[in-house]
Amino acid sequence: MKTVSSSISKLDGMSLVMGKAAYTDDFVPKDTLVIKVLRSPHAFAKIKNIDTSIAEKVPGVECIFTYKNVIRKPYTRAGQCYPELAPYDKFLLDNYVRHVGDDVAIIAAVDEKTATKAMKLIKVDYQILTPVLDLKQAENSTLVHPEKDIFTQLQVGFKRNKNIVAQIDFELGDTQRALKESEIILKRTYNTQAQAQAMMETQRSYTYLDNYGRLVVVTSTQIPFHVRRILSNALDIPMSKIRVIKPRIGGGFGAKQTAHSEFYPALVTLKTGKASKIVYSRREVFRGTTSRHAMTFDITIGADRDGKINAIDMNGLWDTGAYGEHAYTTLGAAGKKVLTLYNKVKACRFGGKALYTNHVPGGALRGFGVTQGTFALESAINELSKELNIDPIKLREENMIKKGETTPLYNMTTKDAGKEPMYMDSCLLEYCVSRGKELILWDEKYPMKKITPTKVRGVGMAISQQGSGIPKVDMASATLKLNDDGFFTLLLGATDIGTGSDTILSQIAAEALDIDINKINIYTADTDLTPFDSGAYASSTTYTTGNAIIDAAEKMKNLIIKYGAKYFNTVEKNIVFSNSNIIKKDSNEIISLEDFSKKITYNMLFSQLTATGSFVPKKAAPPYMAGFAEVDVDIETGKVEIVNFIGVVDCGMAINPKLAKVQVEGGIVQGIGFALYEEAKYTKEGKLINDTFMEYKIPTRKDIGNIYVELADGYDETGPYGAKSIGEVVINTVAPAITDAIYNACGVRVRDLPATPEKILLQLQLDGSLSCIND
Amino acid sequence: MKLNVKINGRKKTFEISPDEFLVDTLRNNGYIGVKQGCDTGTCGVCTIHLNGKAVLSCVLLSAKVEGQEITTIEGVQKEAKEIGKYLVDEGVDQCGYCSSGTIMSIIYLEKCIKNPTDDEILYYLNGNLCRCTGYIGQLRAIKKYLEGKYNENSKQ
Ligand code: FES
Ligand code: FES
Repeated sequence: MKTVSSSISKLDGMSLVMGKAAYTDDFVPKDTLVIKVLRSPHAFAKIKNIDTSIAEKVPGVECIFTYKNVIRKPYTRAGQCYPELAPYDKFLLDNYVRHVGDDVAIIAAVDEKTATKAMKLIKVDYQILTPVLDLKQAENSTLVHPEKDIFTQLQVGFKRNKNIVAQIDFELGDTQRALKESEIILKRTYNTQAQAQAMMETQRSYTYLDNYGRLVVVTSTQIPFHVRRILSNALDIPMSKIRVIKPRIGGGFGAKQTAHSEFYPALVTLKTGKASKIVYSRREVFRGTTSRHAMTFDITIGADRDGKINAIDMNGLWDTGAYGEHAYTTLGAAGKKVLTLYNKVKACRFGGKALYTNHVPGGALRGFGVTQGTFALESAINELSKELNIDPIKLREENMIKKGETTPLYNMTTKDAGKEPMYMDSCLLEYCVSRGKELILWDEKYPMKKITPTKVRGVGMAISQQGSGIPKVDMASATLKLNDDGFFTLLLGATDIGTGSDTILSQIAAEALDIDINKINIYTADTDLTPFDSGAYASSTTYTTGNAIIDAAEKMKNLIIKYGAKYFNTVEKNIVFSNSNIIKKDSNEIISLEDFSKKITYNMLFSQLTATGSFVPKKAAPPYMAGFAEVDVDIETGKVEIVNFIGVVDCGMAINPKLAKVQVEGGIVQGIGFALYEEAKYTKEGKLINDTFMEYKIPTRKDIGNIYVELADGYDETGPYGAKSIGEVVINTVAPAITDAIYNACGVRVRDLPATPEKILLQLQLDGSLSCIND
Repeated sequence: MKLNVKINGRKKTFEISPDEFLVDTLRNNGYIGVKQGCDTGTCGVCTIHLNGKAVLSCVLLSAKVEGQEITTIEGVQKEAKEIGKYLVDEGVDQCGYCSSGTIMSIIYLEKCIKNPTDDEILYYLNGNLCRCTGYIGQLRAIKKYLEGKYNENSKQ
């Protein structure tokens, strides 16, 4: 292999770091109208009256929208393939506001100052309603969606009149019985918090009408094709009249898998015919978009004293907030991509319910439910290991999935999977665990060491998997065009959100065409020009789009051979295409691709060669990871410091090991934030307290300790050149490994994330957990 | 009101409003290498140099910099290229959105401390948040860059 499995630098890297125009707001045309959105200060209210008459008189105001003058049509903002699993429960603007930050009015003006001034002059008369803020009571509370016209496209257990957005239940074997027959039962409850995606570039979009009167939407999104469909649905205009272009994206992490900032300028431009833009403020992102779903899990595990895990029962409750955008899908992921880790159980069950509340909506965030589910199950397994007095690594080794194994759960939870068992032939989880154990010096360090009279050091670990795209759902395609100097244009609907996918996918194309990477010009993603791609989510791009590229390249090579045969006036069998040359085998005549492409363009055959390939995953190809944490706990303050975090990841064959590794490092640090610092907090009235970076703390470079990452030498035969995914799996093990390290260090078990010093200190004082270190 | 400043070595006059922040003045006038990630002075994305010192342009009123000297990433393209190469080599040009601010801080760090320790690097760059890279690779890149430079200098 020449170009894949090589750590080349990002092709566009230098231009990004040097500050060249690259991102949405860098291209906004002059004199574009600026949009501000008036947002609800209340968690739940009915708009009795809204008066924009004074605001409209402010010189420079172009137009103002409220629920009174926009179309009322339910839709979903969720970036999912059609028909979506998310309920159609959002309106462009409504006379109800369902969370602090929900949109009330849209103001477009000549500049930001004028728009802001007008916004302040809009008078809204709210009838404040009692918000639903207690997840446990949500089913029996006021209806977050009293309107009857919302609905779901598919059966997801949606019950508007119980505030239920989605329900999932699946079972393998007889869980109750397997629990009953077990020698030990462990029952625990875990809570995970709402975490913000906190990408550095906030949501932003600008729109204009092109010369044909079509709406052009330039936007920072992970899902350009879904945005086109969502906008068409929400604004009730034909999809053919919309073009969505994504420039470079300043991070997404799932935040931009939901459409947000696109609706407002689209409305304004359609009404005024003028270009318009919106750039979300950081506060607007916190209040007006989404965060990771807060979840509660009840887990029951049945095991025998020798360490055999017989049964796992998981029950989850999701806070989906005011809109159900990614409720069903995260719920499903939390079950199926977590329970499958332990394939030797006699039985397991997953039940989950996502409920509406008046919090900021839950959405997609790296890990997508699996992070939450992994925290719960892996914490429980760690607790079980203490209960059984078996080393947690040994407990995993005895019960976790290994190379060549399977579980019927994979078939049960994969769309159209059939009965053929899905063997995890590429699974290197066992290696990841043993290598991580070695790297962290587990046997020396487990469980803890006293460092100073007030500082204790512990180690902890966890395992995880994710998916690589979504089988039989999320499709990607690729178009290759041979240009008249022997180079290719690679057109993709895929979106590089900082993963380096433009580079990685170019590597795959170069490899598949057996050509130098300099001969590949990549262009992504413009719904008018590039072929369909479901988007940058579900850890799909390298795997799914990569396979689509290989398909396109195979077709292109066949075309080159076909036209090569015509060129040499021979049969196709007599032609080979290799190393950028077309060779006539019997006579050894050679023409270079450069000359050939010129000839067929200008002199003979007169043909443009293009080939399009598509791919949808057919089976589960999970990447795996083992994460190991070593932490210091200050028993006087409860403060936790990360000493080491070691991650060993099986992502199949890494197309670009360098870019894969930084994905792991970044994911681990985001996981540290989830484990120790980050949480969207609300007041009693449902107001988000920490809605700036001052109050909402993400890890800085001083908060992370030493991070060390290795990639296992893997290969999955369904992946492009053996690759599986990496983007999401890397965040999942961090929190359960860290909380177990904390427990091992000081005896405090944190079951509610994040593990703040207050929580740890309180427990230290309460139950005298320190006894373990005082002797 | 009018604002007279020297930006990247050139005298400029801009029309500003008294409550305008410098990040907006700069971006509105084409210095789009300056990015913005928050408006509370917490993320470092908007870092520029004011009279040679690293400052946050999102919390600095434009009116306050009358007559002063501003440097944006556009004014230090040579250094940005040199430092940027190390970032790119290390793969920490992920979304890239934080990079211009980070590079402005690295240049300032270099000015203040000739051969900084890891701790000093972390101290000077602590205000530059990055959600993508996990920082570790950035540290590797910065150290290699400084080492490379140090070795260059010691050769002469
Ligand atoms: S944009 Fe200035 S510190 Fe965040
Ligand atoms: S590279 Fe994306 S925020 Fe730093």
